[in-house]
Amino acid sequence: MTKVHVTTTVNGEEVEFLADPRETLLDCLRDKLDMTGAKEGCGTGDCGACSVTVDGTLVCSCLVLGVEAQGKKVETVEGIADGEELHPLQRKFIEHAALQCGICTPGFLVAAKNLLEKNPDPTETEIRYWLAGNLCRCTGYDKIIRAVQDAAAEMRGAA
Amino acid sequence: MPKDELKSEYKLVGTRPDRPDGLDKVTGRARYGADFSMPGMLFAAVVRSPHAHAKILKIDASKALALEGVKAVVTRADFPDGLTGEDWNLQENTIANDTALYDGHAVAAVAATSALLARDAAKLIEVEYQVLPHVTDVDEAFAPGAPAVRPGSADHSVSSREVDLPDNVRHNVVREIEFGHGDVEAGFAEADLVREGTYKTEATHQGYIEPHACVGQMGADGRGEMWVCTQGQWFIRKFCAAVLGIEASGLRVTASEIGGGFGGKTTIFMEPLALALSRKAGGRPVKLVMTRSEVLRATGPTASASMDVKIGMKKDGTLTAARAVFRMQGGAFPGSPVDLALTCAFASYKLPNVEHIGYDILANRPKCAAYRAPGAPMGAFAVESLIDEMARELGLDPLDVRLKNAVAEGDKSSYGPTYNRIGLVEVLEATKAHPNLSVPLGPNQGRGVATGFWFNHGGETSVSVSVTEDGTATVSIGTPDIGGLRASIALMVAETFGIGYDDVRVNVVETGALGFNEPSHGSRATFASGKAAVTSAQSCIKQMCQRAADKWGIDAEAVEWVDGAAQPAGPNAGKFPPMTMKEIAETMGATGGPISGHNETTMDGVGASFGTHVVDVEVDPETGRTTILRYLVVQDAGKAVHPSYVEGQYQGGAVQGIGWALNEEYVYGKDGRLQNPIFLDYRVPVASDLPMIDTVIVEVPNPGHPYGVRGVGETGITPPLPAVANAIADAVGVRMKHLPMNPPKVLAAIKAKANG
Repeated sequence: MTKVHVTTTVNGEEVEFLADPRETLLDCLRDKLDMTGAKEGCGTGDCGACSVTVDGTLVCSCLVLGVEAQGKKVETVEGIADGEELHPLQRKFIEHAALQCGICTPGFLVAAKNLLEKNPDPTETEIRYWLAGNLCRCTGYDKIIRAVQDAAAEMRGAA
Repeated sequence: MPKDELKSEYKLVGTRPDRPDGLDKVTGRARYGADFSMPGMLFAAVVRSPHAHAKILKIDASKALALEGVKAVVTRADFPDGLTGEDWNLQENTIANDTALYDGHAVAAVAATSALLARDAAKLIEVEYQVLPHVTDVDEAFAPGAPAVRPGSADHSVSSREVDLPDNVRHNVVREIEFGHGDVEAGFAEADLVREGTYKTEATHQGYIEPHACVGQMGADGRGEMWVCTQGQWFIRKFCAAVLGIEASGLRVTASEIGGGFGGKTTIFMEPLALALSRKAGGRPVKLVMTRSEVLRATGPTASASMDVKIGMKKDGTLTAARAVFRMQGGAFPGSPVDLALTCAFASYKLPNVEHIGYDILANRPKCAAYRAPGAPMGAFAVESLIDEMARELGLDPLDVRLKNAVAEGDKSSYGPTYNRIGLVEVLEATKAHPNLSVPLGPNQGRGVATGFWFNHGGETSVSVSVTEDGTATVSIGTPDIGGLRASIALMVAETFGIGYDDVRVNVVETGALGFNEPSHGSRATFASGKAAVTSAQSCIKQMCQRAADKWGIDAEAVEWVDGAAQPAGPNAGKFPPMTMKEIAETMGATGGPISGHNETTMDGVGASFGTHVVDVEVDPETGRTTILRYLVVQDAGKAVHPSYVEGQYQGGAVQGIGWALNEEYVYGKDGRLQNPIFLDYRVPVASDLPMIDTVIVEVPNPGHPYGVRGVGETGITPPLPAVANAIADAVGVRMKHLPMNPPKVLAAIKAKANG
């Protein structure tokens, strides 16, 4: 099948790749751009491990085609930290032991960051429903929710 | 670093530092199974049986091989003949011989220059099947006249109950188990109340978020490498070598970071296919990553169970006798955890009279793998449900009944051995004291308690610790870090040396770097690798004391190790300033060479862990939906080396158990095909299903470990199944005996009760 030339912006950098029209954005990030931070846990949009934002909208990159990224702005887990400076969510995930195996962590961080950009002071229930599309099989979610609450509080204080 | 609120005589053990691999795991840098690539790498896809049971008449790969970029196809013909026992089982499960035994059973595999091309090629491999009769339900597979899953494999030889089981009828019983002690009938006669019940649990999957993935490379000489997500790289090496008929030493296996395992990544599934394809493709590396539906159809899961339990109880709650008859299917292969389920079933109770009978049964389902305390949650569902029902009938507090019968040090266990120091009584007392138990309940709300047990495991262990040139320590362990292991090992090693937590680097190493290691299974990694690391560090300390003694010209016995430095032991040894680990390390090349310690052993001293859970639920009487309002886990850790990760094990185990109790099950159609092979339909708990999970860490130190560690990973999944059932019974008065307790089932039970 003829491949399509795609130019897009990932974490602020312009990149290009050749995509088979059947390949997902996740495939393209991982296999063509060597950005393996986003993970494939299901390939059907049920687990959220591949969460990225496209023009600010939180999506499962396994449900977006690579060719759809043309001209868009994609943000992934690799772009959350500011150089050596971790994002408060990243620090709080480590401090609260909000990851055990860590495979779901990139997706949770992308989704939680997107939540806090829209709602800097979410309730526990709002956090739980926003993150309901991100599966974690290790933690029982308790420490993840606490890490997001703590990061939100810190970010509000810093603002 | 803040001292933890738990009382501790240690400087570091018991604190909560950041995990050393945290930075890599929050930035996306950590490399998991599917994140590894090699130059010249091919991609593989697997052809799987769409039938539950079928004769494979013909496999034609000519169309696939004709595609540009397709480099190799393998079938069973590419694997050696003549394997026996579990080696044969592993090979047969890796790729079917002449019969597909379950929906999803691998039949052929193909390697091509891209993942898409491999998938396209797999669709072009034509397989001709002759469909055979199948059976998937455990009771149907046990029944006389059931279709034989593997004709001729029935084995009733170890049982004294052949009269019950004419072996020409029950084709699928491949193992029978009987053990116990006392006189069960006499015990029932002594009881004031005797009750029995039949309970059923459905198969569930471990549900790790990371699908199985590997890159395998093997040449015509039978030597190769593998990079794989696994709980145990040595098991991958051993099992792949057996299935491929090569020397184990010919294969070097590196474990990637692992995205969850829960027992399901302690064995092989598709790894030999990658190696066989590589060999056939001239030694090019082959990457094989499962899809989620492949994970659900062909890996894991746990067994499904059908269980009869009978218990005798006196009016004061004293147990007089118990009998369990468990039937479990573990797929088309022997090995359901019916033995472990039975040994755990009554392990929390002093029982003078107890009888266990078990049947391991074949069915047309995937080969079951270990899942967190294999077997124990099913047995607990049956036993703890019945004990709860009897306590309620006698008007007794269910926690008091458990305390009255709780085992303690010196008691003979239900499964034979005598307990050493265990913490069940302490756990039950801490549970009774918790504020959650005094929260008032509203209409349609109920509270359930249950207790659980897991033996924990020592296992074959090899660890090496070396003193680094800069005075820090480098630790090589062979147990992959699934949930904070590097942090726990670093804490124990730093404590032993008397150096900082950040001065210890822990590496999970490949099979060439250490002797054999069992996987991170059996709740053993912190216990066994930790104990071996402490022993290794102590060996380093001894050598460092010798270096100091040599320098000072005194006997090594006159040198002691205090706070990270050698010093003269008392005034008679001489007056010398302490010599730090850093000073010794910097000059070690000139004072005798590198310093390292190592420990290789089958680890002894394992300590069992008991836990008690209390759950409050609300049941919606109109829909049958159960909401978890409050959840408490109380468990004996022995010693919590890093309390945050101990709490995490408690919380994660509880939530997996909640999923098993309320939602999760393998649903098979009449055609024997799995109906729910994606996460949309195989629904695991999500964040909005749950409250916070409260935890209490009880610490009754294990005398068999230098820091008292017991192992905490598995016990936590055992109590939730019955605890939730008991809470539902308390809330709406219906006794659910068949998991999962999903809304339709609970609603039907409520309606049946209302209709009398």
